[in-house]
Amino acid sequence: MEPLLRVEDLKVGFQTEGGFLRAVDGVDFAVNKKERFGIIGESGCGKSVTALSILRLIQEPPGKILSGKIWFGGKNLLELGKEEIRKIRGKRISMIFQEPVASLNPVFTVGSQIAEVFQVHEKLSRHQAWNRAVEMIKQVRIPDPEQRAKEYPHQLSGGMCQRIMIAMALALSPELLIADEPTTALDVTIQAQILELINDLTDKMGMSLILITHDLGVIAQTVERVMVMYTGLSVELAATEEIFDHPLHPYTIGLMEAMPGRDLQAKAGRKQKLYTIPGLVPSPLDLPPGCPFQERCPLVKPHCREAMPLLEENEPNHWVRCFEVKKNEN
Amino acid sequence: MSELKSASFSRMVVQRFRQDRIATICFLMILILFVIAIFSPILANNKPVALKYQGKFYFPLLFKYRQFVSTDFKELSKKLTGPDFAIFPVVPYSPTEYDLMSVLQPPGRSHWLGTDDRGRDVLSRMIWGSRVSLSVGFIAVGIYVLIGIFLGAMAGYYGGGLDAGLSRLIEVMICFPTFFLIITIIAFLPPSIYNIMIAIGFTGWTGVARLIRGEFLKIRQSAYVEAEKALGAKDLRIIFRHILPNALAPTLVVATFGVADAILIESALSFLGFGVPPPTASWGELLSQSRSYIDFAWWLASFPGIAIFITVTIYNLVGEGIRDAIDPRLKET
Repeated sequence: MEPLLRVEDLKVGFQTEGGFLRAVDGVDFAVNKKERFGIIGESGCGKSVTALSILRLIQEPPGKILSGKIWFGGKNLLELGKEEIRKIRGKRISMIFQEPVASLNPVFTVGSQIAEVFQVHEKLSRHQAWNRAVEMIKQVRIPDPEQRAKEYPHQLSGGMCQRIMIAMALALSPELLIADEPTTALDVTIQAQILELINDLTDKMGMSLILITHDLGVIAQTVERVMVMYTGLSVELAATEEIFDHPLHPYTIGLMEAMPGRDLQAKAGRKQKLYTIPGLVPSPLDLPPGCPFQERCPLVKPHCREAMPLLEENEPNHWVRCFEVKKNEN
Repeated sequence: MSELKSASFSRMVVQRFRQDRIATICFLMILILFVIAIFSPILANNKPVALKYQGKFYFPLLFKYRQFVSTDFKELSKKLTGPDFAIFPVVPYSPTEYDLMSVLQPPGRSHWLGTDDRGRDVLSRMIWGSRVSLSVGFIAVGIYVLIGIFLGAMAGYYGGGLDAGLSRLIEVMICFPTFFLIITIIAFLPPSIYNIMIAIGFTGWTGVARLIRGEFLKIRQSAYVEAEKALGAKDLRIIFRHILPNALAPTLVVATFGVADAILIESALSFLGFGVPPPTASWGELLSQSRSYIDFAWWLASFPGIAIFITVTIYNLVGEGIRDAIDPRLKET
């Protein structure tokens, strides 16, 4: 089946004071229809830049999409004109962001902001648009929607604002929702509710989802397939269960080890230091030749310092970017 | 809770403004000035508001009557007898009415603020002059706020070469001493109140443009602008509907101070003889007239001077009040 979205060899860079920074340096993945796809990685690994590139929201300058193709609906999004990509935004691909309160305009009521989406895209009258907005607020399970619609963002909690953002993003029933760390700014109980809401609504509306996060728990709870990113590269790509049960890339293995609360029973009663991956992420301005994980890798061999491994299908539907893993398996 | 629910930003600003007693009083004074300016034909005129003459009612102030075309109503009212009467405005003199019998009279019963060298009533001229001062202030500032918002928004939102070009233009404009630039422009234009407005309007926009540009530079990076883009909003919509309302608050402060400035500039222009053509009264023109008699006719210079001083002061105080009301942004939430 043709996937809904296919990203091929995406490379995005930024001109900074310290030099040219390659934020995304070769990312390939595909998202199927109705699939929930996750991108995980630590801060600065290029996951948000990947998401912003899909909607062409990278500011140029200083940013620049260097190469790659993003196929969506038979078209390469990177080749579309300004007006064409604008028509896709919101209507076919929507996005929600990390800071829900800041993502809403402080001078308008939340209802009017949702209504605006209908007014602009569907040319509804003010009154009709308002009713649809209230309907959307009901759908994202905010109690007392008529009243809430008349409130301003600063009067609502972070969780409520994120629900409003979801309502805005889903207003036009897009085919793909990109959620860029939608729960990072919220506390844990609200997190779970928001994820459940996103899950339910994407199911109900038959939408695909790209969920970006640095939280393994969120990934486990929500998505079907995961891509792990490190310094702008996709290092592993597999089904969620596969990644958790049987991670292949040394970085992914390290991430799993470092997760607090794993093997809780085994460790019960004993105070244990949390595992950390040794070393630091190399500066993206000064990457070593070869594999970027070399300095921290337990499996490192001399040839890792010379050439960059490719993302290869190590096991069926389990892709990994590492020389050594491949060898071990063979 | 209900109070909190209905609290929007503008409402909070109004609330904080009203707590500032001086600013509130000054704001009311501005409103009074406006009422005076708007109703000056009724407040100061030599025609009666209502007249009963030979058993019939007339309203010469509002309507023109053929039989009264060249009537001097003051003479007429002296001759009225019996049930006939005439009610004159508070200041029963027109600003252009010569009375060579009472030239340069000090303030007194019949002329509250005295008369000038042609016997015109100073108070009447000041009341009519407030129209010029206030309208110049408002329209000139209106012109330059519009220009400033447009250019500032374009520079701040699009950035890059457009921003560089417009910023250089602003810097070049700032290098000219504004007042002399205005005088130069006025010198080439026929004397009229509209040309003064235009001249002030086309020279004063730099401050607003810079301010708006700065606000746009800041706000265009904000999360809600990005979210709007992700929803497919057009640039113009983002600029004027989403960013502009967030950038307007500081502009309001600048505009209020700007009105005070424009009133001063108009007065100065009129004083120098570049202002409104005679016999239209304006405060600056009154001051200018008073120069020759400054030795003894103190009332000619004092009252228009005080009027300018008070107007400029209350505008500045209101501006400060608005600034203070806006400054602690969303503090109480």
